[in-house]
Amino acid sequence: MLNNRTIDQVGAEERVSRLFSRSIKRESKVQALKMILSMIDLTTLEGKDSPGKVKQLCYKAAHLHDQHPGLPAVAAICVYPNMVPVAKVALVGTNIKVASVATAFPSGMTNLSAKLKEVRSVVDAGAEEVDMVISRGKFLSGDLEFVGDEVAQIKDACGAAKLKVILETGELVTLDNVRRASDLAMHAGADFIKTSTGKINPAATPVVVLTMLEAIRDHYLQTGHRIGMKPAGGISTAKQGIQYLVMVRETLGQAWLTPDLFRIGASSLANDVLMQIIKQNQGNYQSSDYFSLD
Amino acid sequence: MVGRTNTTKKKVSTNWEYSAAPESTDHISLMSNYDLFIAGKFTKPKEGTYFNSINPANETNIAKVASAGKADVNKAVAAAKVAYENVWKKMDPSQRGKYIYRIARLIQERAREFAVIETLDCGKPIRESRDIDIPLAAAHFFYYAGWADKLDYAFPGRKTKPIGVAGQIIPWNFPLLMAAWKIAPALATGNTVVLKPAETTPLTALKLAEIIQDADLPPGVVNIVTGDGSTGEYLVNHSKVDKIAFTGSTEVGKSIIRALAGSSKKYTLELGGKAANIIFEDAPIDQAVEGIINSIFFNQGHVCCAGSRLYVQESVSKEIISKLKSRMENLILGDPLDKNTDIGAINSKTQLEKIQMYLDIGVDEGSTIYQSTCTIPKKGYWCAPTLFTDMSQSHRLVQEEIFGPVLVIQTFRTIDEVIAKANNTPYGLSGGVWTDKGSKIFKISKDIRAGVIWANTFNKFDPTSPFGGYKESGMGREGGLEGLLPYVNLY
Amino acid sequence: MTQSLHINKTYKLYIDGKFLRTESGRYIKWTDPKKNMPIINFCRGSRKDFRNAVVAARSAFKAWSGRSAYNRGQIFYRIAEMLEGRKEQFKSELILQGFTKKQSEKEVALSINRIVYYAGWADKYQQLFSRVNPVSSPYYNFSTPEPTGVVAVIAPDHSCLLGFLSVVVPAVVGGNTVVVLASESYPLCGITFAEVLHSSDVPGGVINIMSGRYNELIEQFSSHMDVNAIIYCAVDSGHASVVEKNTALNVKRAVNYADQNWINPDAQGPYHIMKSQEIKTSWHPIGY
Repeated sequence: MLNNRTIDQVGAEERVSRLFSRSIKRESKVQALKMILSMIDLTTLEGKDSPGKVKQLCYKAAHLHDQHPGLPAVAAICVYPNMVPVAKVALVGTNIKVASVATAFPSGMTNLSAKLKEVRSVVDAGAEEVDMVISRGKFLSGDLEFVGDEVAQIKDACGAAKLKVILETGELVTLDNVRRASDLAMHAGADFIKTSTGKINPAATPVVVLTMLEAIRDHYLQTGHRIGMKPAGGISTAKQGIQYLVMVRETLGQAWLTPDLFRIGASSLANDVLMQIIKQNQGNYQSSDYFSLD
Repeated sequence: MVGRTNTTKKKVSTNWEYSAAPESTDHISLMSNYDLFIAGKFTKPKEGTYFNSINPANETNIAKVASAGKADVNKAVAAAKVAYENVWKKMDPSQRGKYIYRIARLIQERAREFAVIETLDCGKPIRESRDIDIPLAAAHFFYYAGWADKLDYAFPGRKTKPIGVAGQIIPWNFPLLMAAWKIAPALATGNTVVLKPAETTPLTALKLAEIIQDADLPPGVVNIVTGDGSTGEYLVNHSKVDKIAFTGSTEVGKSIIRALAGSSKKYTLELGGKAANIIFEDAPIDQAVEGIINSIFFNQGHVCCAGSRLYVQESVSKEIISKLKSRMENLILGDPLDKNTDIGAINSKTQLEKIQMYLDIGVDEGSTIYQSTCTIPKKGYWCAPTLFTDMSQSHRLVQEEIFGPVLVIQTFRTIDEVIAKANNTPYGLSGGVWTDKGSKIFKISKDIRAGVIWANTFNKFDPTSPFGGYKESGMGREGGLEGLLPYVNLY
Repeated sequence: MTQSLHINKTYKLYIDGKFLRTESGRYIKWTDPKKNMPIINFCRGSRKDFRNAVVAARSAFKAWSGRSAYNRGQIFYRIAEMLEGRKEQFKSELILQGFTKKQSEKEVALSINRIVYYAGWADKYQQLFSRVNPVSSPYYNFSTPEPTGVVAVIAPDHSCLLGFLSVVVPAVVGGNTVVVLASESYPLCGITFAEVLHSSDVPGGVINIMSGRYNELIEQFSSHMDVNAIIYCAVDSGHASVVEKNTALNVKRAVNYADQNWINPDAQGPYHIMKSQEIKTSWHPIGY
């Protein structure tokens, strides 16, 4: 069952700017920064990724800033399929989950059986979360049934692993498409819907995130199921992270302010959040020289 | 916001509330006493009477303000007349324009100070005074400054002459912005001005007087006389005033028409409203909900063009109303100086009592009331965002302007029905329509008898955009090229 | 051949496209200054006649304002054609009312010209007075004139045809419907203009014409709550004051042409149309 819900882009942009004008200070800021840390899917998705690089990233994920104890760890490490075993080993003894992209990420341009095979293999290798991409070509040519079926079958293949469905909103262009793809993915069994692969510009834009959050809200109102949201790509500052938390809080409510339902896919966000936390604690502005680069 | 707050299993996430984020007030300059601004100087009132301007959010006195009596108004009008005859109407229009540009720039430079003072004096949220009132006021001066030396192009086949002394009376809902709407076109067209700010919100107009001094405007071109309704009456009835521009209630507007009957004074009126905001089933629902919020809760509903009558197509009414209620729960009511405040204080005790009266009437008439569950501060004048359902056209709350954060909701089935209901009012200031269908937008905007129609948006303003009403919502337009007409004679 | 006895015309009100006697049964006795004609009994239109005429005008408004501008122009051009065909009638009515032959010829010629002039404006004034406003946000914003609604018109007393048309035509070309009180001193041409209207394509109720006593009706014309504007010509400031006070009742737009000379060049122009127009501004988001 799909809504034919349309989105007015200008109105949605205005809502975003009103949400983003919230001023988050003092305790609420510290709390938000910690929440953001706990919601990060620390990501490396490059052709040049190596076991060494992934191990460094996992170490960082587990020891975000050893000098400042009491900070939460990130939610997950997000890697390519062949790096799943490396990450699994590196994260033994932590609560950090291993997420793997799959389904011929980032393009998704292969047949369904290959996609299913890939999904099963990463789950077998220990991935607890699977980030798939939808078939945008099919979606844009109007074959929504194909897209929905594909998501449903991949959801089956995931077994107990959580499925995040990447819409690649930068290729869908209009908010009406974003809305429709969100509805489609949720009805087909997505546990999370996710904006982007990070390989297409624009990645997560505020108005796209808002549109997806509103779709999640309507899905919840209609079905009672809470679907998670993951903006990814282009989110590198603590300020952006806080703005998205405000958006989640005022669109979906406090219930979604948990890593179970909200993630941010990012590679460099964690450091900026750490710098802000230290600044809040110590009072002076920080330099990136004092924060590890991994 | 959906569902209930916080569940159990997460580690970090808890109830996340926003900490106080007050705008600082240490940079503003306010005197404890303000005199009348006449002939370029702050002047003591002849009878020496002053009244308090109160912060409606905490009921404290902000400053004492002079009350202008008849002699003071006479003096101001005389100063305006002299400035008109000797200086302003003779001045090269391009030079007039430069003075107005100066005012615009000075407002921009002191924008934050003005925003804070506006918020203190009115009770409106700093978010609005900072992002809307003050920037728009500056933009109005900018827009009309440029017209000063281009008037020959404004009215095809005709040239313009200024009228003379304009008496201008402005309301308390957008004090500086309304002063800008009135003063900027009057000056650009070569008139001089005696402005009377509202009794409860005189401070930014008096701060504007400082700017007018700083801009070195010739004395008497702009005069500002503060006081209550009687000050306004002296101005309306003054024989040397050539034109009256009034923004306020329809009731007072009508008394001005009667007072001016038989005189040759020109007048323009921007009066009350009871706008219909119409939501069709094919509307972009989430944006429409946000639009409804903006249409009625902007500036605590103290907006003449507020979308105070909501008409929702039956098939989406349940969803819209339920989302509206959720959205209302996210509105933060409280300290107007807090940057996160959405709903500030009601402007005055009198206004609060009027709103309260209407709430009582609504309940007595058997309608269902819903108010958001916000904490009302102990001091000050406050009204929680309110909506009424189970309404019909014959309810008083549907017919009368409340001028507060009170929305009345009716449902409809067909387009003809809703057009008829929308027009079933003596007012005609504004209207809203929400639908994804372009042809329907044009149909509705053509058929609604009102001066401003917002399609898939609401409560938008711009200096280039004419604003004003049909029927009992007033006559004449402010803003845009149309806004020049009330201040010129064509020949 | 025996001289045929003159058949007298019965002069009636013109309301909702019908020639009606006043409901009051009252009359105004009138004879021409030279007493060449038998006595004429004009209808002394009443407040109830006016009320009925306003009802007719209100119900005609939506359809009339909804006609295409081109069509309204065509109809006014048709009215001019009909007046052209009845030139001799109007000339003789003017002469009968005491004007010279030369004055009468000029009045009728100017009157036809005036109608043709405004017929041409029907689809142009909107272009002249509409604007796209360059707002500083992503909206398409435009302003256009729209008719104000039902207009009560008290025609000038001393210019019974040209003056009558000069106040009525711009209002109606602009999409308003009117109830007009013809000149009390020179009632003939205003009243008989209904014959021209009746033989052209003006829908009933768009132009309603009454004869009657100015002093009796000015109060009604200015105080009726379903009249959106009043156009009148009161030289007497007392009368103007009555009208202006009454406009407060429903914030009626009031236009006083007082001592306008209807032969002067400034007696016509699009600004006269704009006196009974409202400016409507619409905002539409520009997005996807």
